[in-house]
Amino acid sequence: MANPMARSFVQALATEEVVSPLRVVQMEGLVVLKIIKHCKEFSPALVTGQLLGLDVGSVLEVTNCFPFPIREEDEEIETDGANYQLEMMRCLREVNVDNNTVGWYQSTLLGSFQTVELIETFMNYQENIRRCVCIIYDPSRSNQGVLALKALKLSDSFMDLYRSNNFTGEKLREKNLAWVDIFEEIPIKVSNSALISAFMTDLETDSPVTQCDFDRLQLSTNPFVERNMEFLIECMEDLTGEQQKFQYYYRNLSRQQAQQQAWLQKRRAENVTRKAQGEEPLPEEDPSNPIFKPLPEPSRLDSFLITNQISNYCNQINGYALFSPEILSKTCGNLFSLQMEVPSPNEPPLKKMGKTNAGADGSLQDQNGIRGARLKNRGEPSDA
Amino acid sequence: MAAAEGQTVLQFVPSPAGTSAKVHPVVLFGICDSYVRRPDQAERVIGTLLGSVAPDGTVEIRNSYAVPHNESSDQVSDFLSDLYPSFCRWGVCCGFGGFDDNRGMSFSNCSRGSQELSGFRVSALVALDIDYHHNMFLSHQKVNPKEVIVGWYSTGFGVSGGSALIHDFYCREVANPVHLTVDTGFKNGEASIKAYVSINLSLGDRQLAAQFHEIPVELQMAEAERIGFDILKTTMVDKLPGDLEGMEATMVRLLSLIDDVYKYVDGVVEGDVIPDNNIGRSIADSLASVPKIFPAAFDKLFNDRLQDNVLLAYLSAIARTQLTVAEKLNTAAQVL
Repeated sequence: MANPMARSFVQALATEEVVSPLRVVQMEGLVVLKIIKHCKEFSPALVTGQLLGLDVGSVLEVTNCFPFPIREEDEEIETDGANYQLEMMRCLREVNVDNNTVGWYQSTLLGSFQTVELIETFMNYQENIRRCVCIIYDPSRSNQGVLALKALKLSDSFMDLYRSNNFTGEKLREKNLAWVDIFEEIPIKVSNSALISAFMTDLETDSPVTQCDFDRLQLSTNPFVERNMEFLIECMEDLTGEQQKFQYYYRNLSRQQAQQQAWLQKRRAENVTRKAQGEEPLPEEDPSNPIFKPLPEPSRLDSFLITNQISNYCNQINGYALFSPEILSKTCGNLFSLQMEVPSPNEPPLKKMGKTNAGADGSLQDQNGIRGARLKNRGEPSDA
Repeated sequence: MAAAEGQTVLQFVPSPAGTSAKVHPVVLFGICDSYVRRPDQAERVIGTLLGSVAPDGTVEIRNSYAVPHNESSDQVSDFLSDLYPSFCRWGVCCGFGGFDDNRGMSFSNCSRGSQELSGFRVSALVALDIDYHHNMFLSHQKVNPKEVIVGWYSTGFGVSGGSALIHDFYCREVANPVHLTVDTGFKNGEASIKAYVSINLSLGDRQLAAQFHEIPVELQMAEAERIGFDILKTTMVDKLPGDLEGMEATMVRLLSLIDDVYKYVDGVVEGDVIPDNNIGRSIADSLASVPKIFPAAFDKLFNDRLQDNVLLAYLSAIARTQLTVAEKLNTAAQVL
């Protein structure tokens, strides 16, 4: 803070011009752990916290963070929260922690974070600090072995538009802003100090499998997929609602235009007769008439956000289904051939299992019986 | 071990709690970070440990924060003249010993300990910013009231002279604090993390000394495993693993494990490897846990699942296409 102050105004202006765009968010392992700890402990409640760090060229280093207490809807407590924040930052500065706010983190539920509140918070931060980032962590996905960390920022063009609060179709077209352009996802790098790296290497010898692997191989993804689909359907409904708003607007607009035309024709006819009678023509516009009042165009922000949300859910569903869009097109075409191929890779292990378990025939048969019953219970055909 | 009437008995008071300590990785990361960011010329950093104590005495250390402190054991007079103002600012210190020259400096506001302050040579002096400690603790309480003070940490190998004083302070904060030492200097060529509880040695009512008794430490790495050690071990990771890449890595690892088992079994069958009944049982157990389904039923199950997945992926692709179309239409509507 003190450094830019010391520079002359001209220098400050000069540096302002060569601001390189934010390319990478570099998080310390400590920050990753702290965020995960905080978000997990309070899951499913959504929590937030502040990120501290340094802004170095095109890299934003996040070197520490601290959690916010869960907010109450109370004026008094709100000022309390501000005090807490100041106190915490003062304390952390005393132990030489980087004292610059670089953004905030928040937890989310199945990636449902694209809200107006997030944008508002972002704008608030952006007013105070030049470079700001929001880190999103999804605790629900970590049970599946995914490190669901995302660094987001609002695009500059969107922020300009948001400041003018003008989300009409014309403006959007002018700026060439599509829904994908609202949020920019910034790649995350994770760095650790050499000390911590040494500790981790020494304390944890390379194990062939980790908890992460078990989580990933968990086959019961159904509840997650279901939740995701539910959210997707809700979003679709919201989107339909938004589109109805637009239809309503366009209907009203065309009705108004028709009324205006009718009024204009009437006025012109009137003017013709007035002219014939040698009187002054009446003006062709009447601002006092309600049909000339411009109809407010509904903001497209909501529909843009919903669209973002839907695309996010789609991505997640692809993640669960373990398909990337590229291989999807191939797979769909080859679905039937795939079906034919499935039995062959499946057989060898089964045969081998029979071989190694040759001595334990009895137990195997028992299992067959159980399994057959289980399959029957599920209403599936069984050969047993 | 009760003191007999009119007689003073030298006794150890064993601490009942703190049979073992569990340390979460975030604590280790926090300690290392505060050590890296220690003030110039500071030899070690200390801080407060937060967590919970289980009914069986297991201390779970889940969080930590550094506390500024100053200490010296040699240049006492320099140290004092340097630090006396800061004692006053901080309002408190843990002091031990005193002065042989009766300088008459008043430590009444500095030491809350019961030690004599004059007549001794100062053996160690530690100044701890207790206000800071309390403020920070209150702040942490606001976020998570369940985490209470369970002890303190220090970097360095083993217990040092000033540790007894700091421990004494934490004893007043909480009963039976745990002292965790993290050897950031790798003195023995290995990362040693040790935990201690103190056992008081007292003669009658007089406390003579405290003995630090080492207790077992266990690292709770499951959380860190979830994130993946690949990220936490190296000094720089350029990209976080995504859904598919993660799954790919896991499959590769799984396949290599299966290969290992094959090799072992084949080796035993060929007679190259000495059979181990335990390994054999483990393999049999894990094979038995694989559902034995008839190929036809399995195919059906697998294909149903696959088709469900393909359907989902297809649906999401359609939704995405729909979005693109809707956007085109929306902008097209403007041209009218």
